[in-house]
Amino acid sequence: MNVNVQFREDGEIIKGFIEGEVDTYTAPLLRDELDTIRIFEGVLIELDLSQVNYMDSTGLGIFVAFYKKVLKQNGNLKLVALSSRLTRLFEITGLSELMDIESNKRVKTINESI
Amino acid sequence: MRAFDYIELRIPAKPQYVSVMRLTISGLATRVGFSYDQIEDMKIAVSEAITNVVQHAYNDGEDGDIVIGSALYSDKIEVMISDCGNSFNFEVVRANIGPYHENDNVERLREGGLGLFLMETLMDEVRFNNDGGVTVFMTKYVNREQVGEDVESVST
Repeated sequence: MNVNVQFREDGEIIKGFIEGEVDTYTAPLLRDELDTIRIFEGVLIELDLSQVNYMDSTGLGIFVAFYKKVLKQNGNLKLVALSSRLTRLFEITGLSELMDIESNKRVKTINESI
Repeated sequence: MRAFDYIELRIPAKPQYVSVMRLTISGLATRVGFSYDQIEDMKIAVSEAITNVVQHAYNDGEDGDIVIGSALYSDKIEVMISDCGNSFNFEVVRANIGPYHENDNVERLREGGLGLFLMETLMDEVRFNNDGGVTVFMTKYVNREQVGEDVESVST
């Protein structure tokens, strides 16, 4: 039961890989990790969520806050490789209309464990 | 014989136990015969309800407990999440659950953002009772289109 974040900077693209569960317990860690990203004008931040096997409104709140922060500094944020479960979460909350998200039907369902 | 099995758990109102509870509910829902997607929906709804209590308890600096009661029927599950810190008589509390009212306690839950919206969207019924603490009462029915009447539970 944890969340791991790794970043790789490649010119104007920053790629992030998020792995684990995002809930009220792990959310502060994810927020702190995202806060370490250096945002500059024109940057494209691409977060790979394929290994996120659980997320609720706590996680959505963090991505919304981060999205607003990136936009404010004229950067771009894209969430990629969402599982069908995560895609559903973004769709029913209407966030898929506001944010740039890309689902991946090939993402294998991973079960959460303690 | 009662028409349902009742399971009650009490946990401290701390964030590290939210995942333990949703995985417990996931296990119970498997026994009832819910589909994978229904169980995942339920895990989110239950987490949202417990998270509301945990965040409220932390804001107030209290060391409270959360009581989670689950009634397992052949075709549905009822989950109650209470922050009153006392075990409750499930049938009495259930009888006292009225229709949804937008009262102060619900306002407090709504401050959590999308939490209540997700609970209402992902469960079939969600009700609140604020009689001496907040009780969230949620019901989800097994999809009959997916699971036939004659399907037996799979033992693992």
